[in-house]
Amino acid sequence: MQEEDNRNCGCMYNMMNTNYTSNSNNDMSDCECDKFNQTREEMMERIKCLNFAIIELGLYLDTHVDDERAICLHRKYCKEYRELTDKYQKIYGPLTIHFPCNKWRWIEEPWPWERGNF
Amino acid sequence: MIFGTEELAHLEMVGTIVHQLTKNASIEEIEAAGLGAYYTDHGVDVYPQSAAGMPFSASVLACKGDAIANLQEDLAAEQKARATYEKLIDLCRDNPDVVDPLKFLREREIVHFQRFGEALRGVQDKLAEKKFYMNCDNMNTNMYK
Ligand SMILES: [Fe+2]
Repeated sequence: MQEEDNRNCGCMYNMMNTNYTSNSNNDMSDCECDKFNQTREEMMERIKCLNFAIIELGLYLDTHVDDERAICLHRKYCKEYRELTDKYQKIYGPLTIHFPCNKWRWIEEPWPWERGNF
Repeated sequence: MIFGTEELAHLEMVGTIVHQLTKNASIEEIEAAGLGAYYTDHGVDVYPQSAAGMPFSASVLACKGDAIANLQEDLAAEQKARATYEKLIDLCRDNPDVVDPLKFLREREIVHFQRFGEALRGVQDKLAEKKFYMNCDNMNTNMYK
């Protein structure tokens, strides 16, 4: 799935593979979750993966502004992140206070230090 | 800036670990863990202080108004953070729930060090470039003389 996506956007291989040899969990290509039938936990896990990858690519791009492959991956992950967070928030409520809602649901969930957020 | 934001998130992670470890601890457990003095001052609230009890202060940070000095300061800070996490990992070796996030945080400091190092190299390359100066006023005067 990942390889195909990369080819579609012109990236020939996944940059995450070159930067992380220590922890294969960080490798986005390992994610084999079914995009259309994800549980809440799976969606949240993927959102966290994408968020981390976007931040990491951002740090990398600050000192490698001409790296086309990194820019391409950044664009790809941003698109998926936007779609997935949108879908998640419509079902389960806001992830940040920048998501509008009719009823104030922000304080319903336990905070991370109360072992919320999985 | 982006590093600063991430470091604040790390502060939240470390605070969360402290909160979860001390939650529901009995007074005997707190005393046995050597937290009696901390408990007296802060209860089980999370207070930003060093392991030796020194409250956090901006005096540990430096901004020199000089790109080279600032980046060297940043690089040193990342190494100090890495070394601190390694010592915490040694101390918490029997608790994987604590060690795993600490290992993640240690890895982030190494990535930050790498990126700051690249930024420093960029600044040094820029400063080493050949410079030539033009005085436009003189040039114009000479041209129209
Ligand atoms: Fe750092």
